[in-house]
Amino acid sequence: MNLHGRWLPHPLITLVLAGFWLLLMNEITVGGIVMGLFLGLVIPLYTSRFWPEAPAIHNLPRIIEYTLIVLWDIIVANVLVAWWILFWRVDRLKPSFMTVPLDIYSPEAITMLAGTITMTPGTVSCDLSADGRALLVHGLHTPDVEGTVADIKNRYERRLGEIFG
Amino acid sequence: MLMFIAEILVALLIVIGSTFALIGSFGLVKLPDLVTRLHGPTKATTLGVGAVLIASMVYFTVLEGEFSFHELVITLFLFLTAPLTANIIAKAYMHRHIRHDSLPPTNRTEGWATYDPPGEEGPLVPTQKPVTEPPATPPAKA
Repeated sequence: MNLHGRWLPHPLITLVLAGFWLLLMNEITVGGIVMGLFLGLVIPLYTSRFWPEAPAIHNLPRIIEYTLIVLWDIIVANVLVAWWILFWRVDRLKPSFMTVPLDIYSPEAITMLAGTITMTPGTVSCDLSADGRALLVHGLHTPDVEGTVADIKNRYERRLGEIFG
Repeated sequence: MLMFIAEILVALLIVIGSTFALIGSFGLVKLPDLVTRLHGPTKATTLGVGAVLIASMVYFTVLEGEFSFHELVITLFLFLTAPLTANIIAKAYMHRHIRHDSLPPTNRTEGWATYDPPGEEGPLVPTQKPVTEPPATPPAKA
């Protein structure tokens, strides 16, 4: 067993935990950084049975691009849904369920996709098919079901596929 | 001058944030059933809380003169938990009120996980692409 795999099984979690500790402390001090790195080293070792394998994440520019797109979509979604709630009669909305077939396989990517769908324009992900290959999505106003499904697949799923490989 | 701009910005963000939170709650009253009501709080409140938290960061950093960023933790936890609560509420509602044959088909051999527990043939989510090769393009004729 190599040193890296044994003492630093999840370098990403180590970094995230250290960053989180600094956020919680709300100030950047040397002591805070040391304590954060200590926690970041100890917690993954202690919980490593819970994370048998690290998800392969690459393509950092893609991750940043995805984050910005999702943040922008969340703002648009808020304005759109607020507009519908305030000014539309309820019977003008066409809510419907739709099936989104999945092309991505990694559980982390599917979780991210489901979360993104819930946070963005007028859609909430409700269920996963028993074999994990399709998502059940509810749309608040979806006159064009095929178009919405195509949007989700092009805008989010394709990018997540590139990030999680 | 910077103080004045910051004060305007903070006031604006708080008004925007609370307006969206109010609209989200109004959606709970106006929309007809639970699945449509889910859309109100999962959307309109994230921007509401987000704007108030940004206002807090600007206020403490510029007006109080102490760098403040632990509001980001609240945003992060909110983004992690909002989709999960929405999903669990939707699943509970589906069990009580939605017949599975009124949902669109999965187009798979198995149904939706809420009604049709996964079979014995393997893990719930295959973590790798299937080993079976997709039908290759027909070999070019010689």
